Amino acid sequence: MNLFIRTKKRLSKFLNAFFKKRQSRIGIYGPPNAGKTTLSNRIVRDWTGDALGPVSEIPHETRRARRKEGITISNQNGNTVTIDIVDTPGVTTKIDYQEFIEYGMEKDDAVKRAREATEGVAEAMHWLREDIDGVIYMLDATLDPFTQVNIMLVGIIESRDLPVIIVANKIDLPDASASAIRKAFPQHPVIPVSGLEGNNMEELYEKMLDYFG
Amino acid sequence: MIQGVQIDLISADRLDNMTTMEKIRLILDDVMEGNIVVLEKGLTPDEQSRLIEITMLEITPDGFSGIEMETYSAKDAGSSGGGLFGRLLGKKGPGTRMTVIGPANQMKTIKKDKDLISAWVSSR
Repeated sequence: MNLFIRTKKRLSKFLNAFFKKRQSRIGIYGPPNAGKTTLSNRIVRDWTGDALGPVSEIPHETRRARRKEGITISNQNGNTVTIDIVDTPGVTTKIDYQEFIEYGMEKDDAVKRAREATEGVAEAMHWLREDIDGVIYMLDATLDPFTQVNIMLVGIIESRDLPVIIVANKIDLPDASASAIRKAFPQHPVIPVSGLEGNNMEELYEKMLDYFG
Repeated sequence: MIQGVQIDLISADRLDNMTTMEKIRLILDDVMEGNIVVLEKGLTPDEQSRLIEITMLEITPDGFSGIEMETYSAKDAGSSGGGLFGRLLGKKGPGTRMTVIGPANQMKTIKKDKDLISAWVSSR
């Protein structure tokens, strides 16, 4: 192989490595108990047959971010997007271990859970600044969306110019209101789903193809 | 000894002369002493993100359990450093106006309207 061809190959390899776009990392963010892990499991199961993590009614079941790489979502028109899903701990400005004791946990376990949760939230906030290319912001549609944490988090996401889809979860429950969430965040698409029942996931996948593709 | 809750009102001028970490340390040190902090000019989204991150690292069992916070959104992007020119100058979107921050175990916001924040604060 002559020098010209060797140089050309090396240059091509270097440029490919330099300009190669890594798969978009889509963070699932939101307050505790919005159903982030349930939705993450649903997405991962629908497209890979796998699962991401356990769910529980006790807040902060997810204390460390979990990542599933290389999920390819497609539709009947042949559009596809391959993403990494990052399921994050519920974001909050306060964590008190006493809250877990009210769910019947022993003090040592509750303190451990609180410590892990604080580390997880700190890590999730750090990743939002450094490592996330798009966001699915999860809200419990049975609760008031106008909380400081929600407004602050959506503001942080907007300031980073990240594409964001807001998911109004738990629409299988009778007092769920996706319209209240649309009213709170009219600047973003709001997709009502039930992560638990799998309702309306097709619309979410279409929006993910549109926003994260 | 006087019993009660100390409220510190920090001017926009003072905040403008501080780095992000200086602002966060000032707020958290004050709040961890049990005081309520009122910022004349709120934090930027990036500063809010770092405030949450560092607050989490300061939480201890039977000690500091985090913060409660309320703020008014910026009236419009142009008035607070956002918009096209703000972005060209490296500013990250609209900031916030007056912000109230207190210890989570002492402060509870009971009402937040467009132009009114009502907070209930208990002394320890």
